[in-house]
Amino acid sequence: MDYGVSDVAGGDRQYRAIKILLAGGFGVGKTTLVGAVSEIRPLRTEEPLTEGSLRTDSTVGVEGKTTTTVAMDFGRISLRSDLVLYLFGTPGQQRFWFMWDELAIGALGAVVLADTRRLADSFPAIDYFERRQIPFIVALNCFEGARRYEREDVRLALDLDPDLPIILCDARSKESAKEVLIALVEHVLVTASEEPLSGIA
Amino acid sequence: MPSNYERWLDAEAGPVVRPYALTQGRTRYTGESFDLVATVMATRIFGDPSSLAPEHISVLQLARVPTTVADIASDVDLPLGVVRIILADLRELGLVVISTPVVMAERVDKHTLREVLNGLRGL
Repeated sequence: MDYGVSDVAGGDRQYRAIKILLAGGFGVGKTTLVGAVSEIRPLRTEEPLTEGSLRTDSTVGVEGKTTTTVAMDFGRISLRSDLVLYLFGTPGQQRFWFMWDELAIGALGAVVLADTRRLADSFPAIDYFERRQIPFIVALNCFEGARRYEREDVRLALDLDPDLPIILCDARSKESAKEVLIALVEHVLVTASEEPLSGIA
Repeated sequence: MPSNYERWLDAEAGPVVRPYALTQGRTRYTGESFDLVATVMATRIFGDPSSLAPEHISVLQLARVPTTVADIASDVDLPLGVVRIILADLRELGLVVISTPVVMAERVDKHTLREVLNGLRGL
């Protein structure tokens, strides 16, 4: 991969595009959250059907179909002309991990959006980020009518580290979505301060 | 014999021209790999538009101002994989330069994190 310094950004300042991942099960509010805080845009990726997805996506009648279209939530937040946040929301199931592997490279961190009625849906995402040591926080989308759980109950249920932030949010609200992103960046800053620089030759 | 399964091939199933027909069936691009948020910029105005496919021309036009791979894919409404192949073609022809943002090199540095934090708070 080309990690060289860009020479095409023009001007004196480097254009910095920063990726933030948003993971969570279907219907948990990823699209809503991205739309609340950024200009949401369509982004599709056409990927070869893997053996795993062939088991779940019926191709009966369309046996020639070897690729599948996956829609991603994609949002852009211009913080400055040369500093832009890119939010990528992807489904949490393991079959979409091929997308995450790329999204995770160089990403600032991740938000796992969870619904307290279906906490188990967030297990794969949490596992993924823990294993790859990608800093993340958990945001509980507070759906109306859903029972309010204590954050510590959720921590226990999800088996999360005591210092991992869990925040309550309303994915529809811009302010709330902003707070989620701020909590993530603060967490990454704290994590970066605690860890000695490693892995850099 | 028509079966129920055929109804599955509606608009949701995608365009009639499969996207990879635009890339002559290629599903992988050649040359150095580039990230979803790598910066793309056109190097110069192309000499002979007739030698390029319409999709290549659309992508090239979008790259007249610095943009990213993801932005282009969203604007032309083609799957990322297809846009990557088109971009790699244009790169091979010397029509675009693709470079990975400096922050991609490793974890985002603290200075940038603080800038992001301030930026978010000011939204």
